[in-house]
Amino acid sequence: MTAPVLLSVEDVAVDLPTPRGNLRAVDHVDLEVAAGRTLGIVGESGCGKTMLSRAILQLLPKRAKLAGRVLFDGQDLLRLGSSALRKLRARSLAVVFQDPMTSLNPVLTIGTQLIETLMEHLVIDLAAARARSIALLAEVGIPAPEQRLMQYPHELSGGMRQRVAIAIALSCEPKLLIADEPTTALDVTIQAQILDLLAREQRRRHMAMILITHDLGIVAGRTDEVAVMYAGRVVERAPTQALFKSMRMPYTQALLAAIPKLDAPPHAPLPAISGRPPDPTRPLEGCSFSPRCRYAAARCQREKPVLREAEEAEHHYACFNPLKITAGLSA
Amino acid sequence: MATLELRIREDVTVRSRRLGLLFWLAIGWIILIFAVAILADVLPFPSPTDMDMLEKRAPFSTEHWLGTDGLGRDELARLVFGARSSLLVGLCAPVIGVVIGGALGMLAGYFRGRFEALLVGSADVLLAFPPLILALAITAYLGQSILNLTLILGVLGVPAFMRVARAATLALSRREFVIAAQALGATHARILLRELLPNVVLPLTAFFLVGVAITVVAEGALSFLGLGVPPPTPSWGSMIGEGRESLDIAPRLAFLPAITMFLSVLSFNLVGDTLRALTDPRQGAL
Repeated sequence: MTAPVLLSVEDVAVDLPTPRGNLRAVDHVDLEVAAGRTLGIVGESGCGKTMLSRAILQLLPKRAKLAGRVLFDGQDLLRLGSSALRKLRARSLAVVFQDPMTSLNPVLTIGTQLIETLMEHLVIDLAAARARSIALLAEVGIPAPEQRLMQYPHELSGGMRQRVAIAIALSCEPKLLIADEPTTALDVTIQAQILDLLAREQRRRHMAMILITHDLGIVAGRTDEVAVMYAGRVVERAPTQALFKSMRMPYTQALLAAIPKLDAPPHAPLPAISGRPPDPTRPLEGCSFSPRCRYAAARCQREKPVLREAEEAEHHYACFNPLKITAGLSA
Repeated sequence: MATLELRIREDVTVRSRRLGLLFWLAIGWIILIFAVAILADVLPFPSPTDMDMLEKRAPFSTEHWLGTDGLGRDELARLVFGARSSLLVGLCAPVIGVVIGGALGMLAGYFRGRFEALLVGSADVLLAFPPLILALAITAYLGQSILNLTLILGVLGVPAFMRVARAATLALSRREFVIAAQALGATHARILLRELLPNVVLPLTAFFLVGVAITVVAEGALSFLGLGVPPPTPSWGSMIGEGRESLDIAPRLAFLPAITMFLSVLSFNLVGDTLRALTDPRQGAL
């Protein structure tokens, strides 16, 4: 990886106080994203993906406690003052959320939302902002962009809304785009279009992207690197190709096996992962995946495996009984 | 483009079908009382304070359309000028409530924390106090005037508006469009004014009309007790109070202002409820 590191997350932990006790949503995570590269973060619901993205944006709930360092372009976001942070967010960071229904303001027109964002952050007059909004909408593949400016979010379809949300996110030319399950709320046929749109804009603008999803199939063709999260920790991290060629962590394999396959015989049961993730307010002593793991040994229940480098470069995993290299499935 | 036009037209038909005749009657009545109240000086009404002792409690006639009251004053003119004071107080007081209460409620719902606890606590105290007793005590202390009356009723409305604004803001500030705005570097002021306010305005407007209705009744009650608008300025409440003395001889003197007030309050409630019904499902759907 020759590109300079844009974002580096160092030893980040997020604690959420709940009535049932302290909930460790993100458990000492280290990640790096280079400029212009795409990182996929994969994991099931509640494994800390979204909290990690909020930690990067410094938009955690007020009561959450954050430890560690988030370096963006050499600046520690945790140490920035609120106005410097705001400026940085405006110029360099952007998010696209899961549900475009809630990520757009229901009572403002598309045009108002786009034009105001532009005029707020760029030195630009109304006519120029309008022209740029139309250009942005056209770029994200919205037909008749001029008419759309006058419409409200509820007048558009889900896919269109997500395109508008992407246009707003791209409006200030961010260096890093965080896409938090951008296609989960959408029709399967629209999913590919939105993902292709994100990938195209990411390449064209040379921005870095973090693609958060629970679907390993989505990250397969569209990311440079993948981090698999489980119970708040990164359990395996590798360049995408290497990961799919030789996954080492049983959880990653189980996740991949749980994707329905078109060529599977009809009525074949889906190999779901049995059980549930551990209660995050009662952390386990050993590996948090051990109760659900087929390969779990006595040591897995006593000791927590740490993320360590595999035989191949840049491939990290946290497991005492890693899969044999040949065990990987081809994506 | 054809689909776009179709959709807009569909929207319009759905809306007018849902509003119904009653809504338009209520709107008509509200427009009527506002028109006569505003134009009272221009329209050829007799003076509402000129007494004619020879024509006390005169029945309906071409000279006095609705007769005269116990002091020989033209009843219709008093109703029209009474609408002035009733509507002035009835509108200005909720405006105070909606501005102060709305602002405080939005701040409380957005910033949470100790500030919210303090505001909600004081609102609860104010709500627990019987409002009419408080209004009575303050009018007795500060003196009777339309301004005092408006201020008191306005302040009494603050906690209710605050609750509505806070509840709406609480629900909305968890929405992702607020987080998206923050992620784009928006300031708190910008989020409150540009993202949240347009959303909170809908429930507040609907509640405002209900507030007008409540205030008109409260003003009537205070004036009935002789602590509202100072005489001889007519107001619906004081007219009912004066008419009470001759209920056996000329019951219309109490009933005419009572019916006027009833119709006005009913109209405000109807319009307010209809607007709320129109805005609620829309908010839920989005």
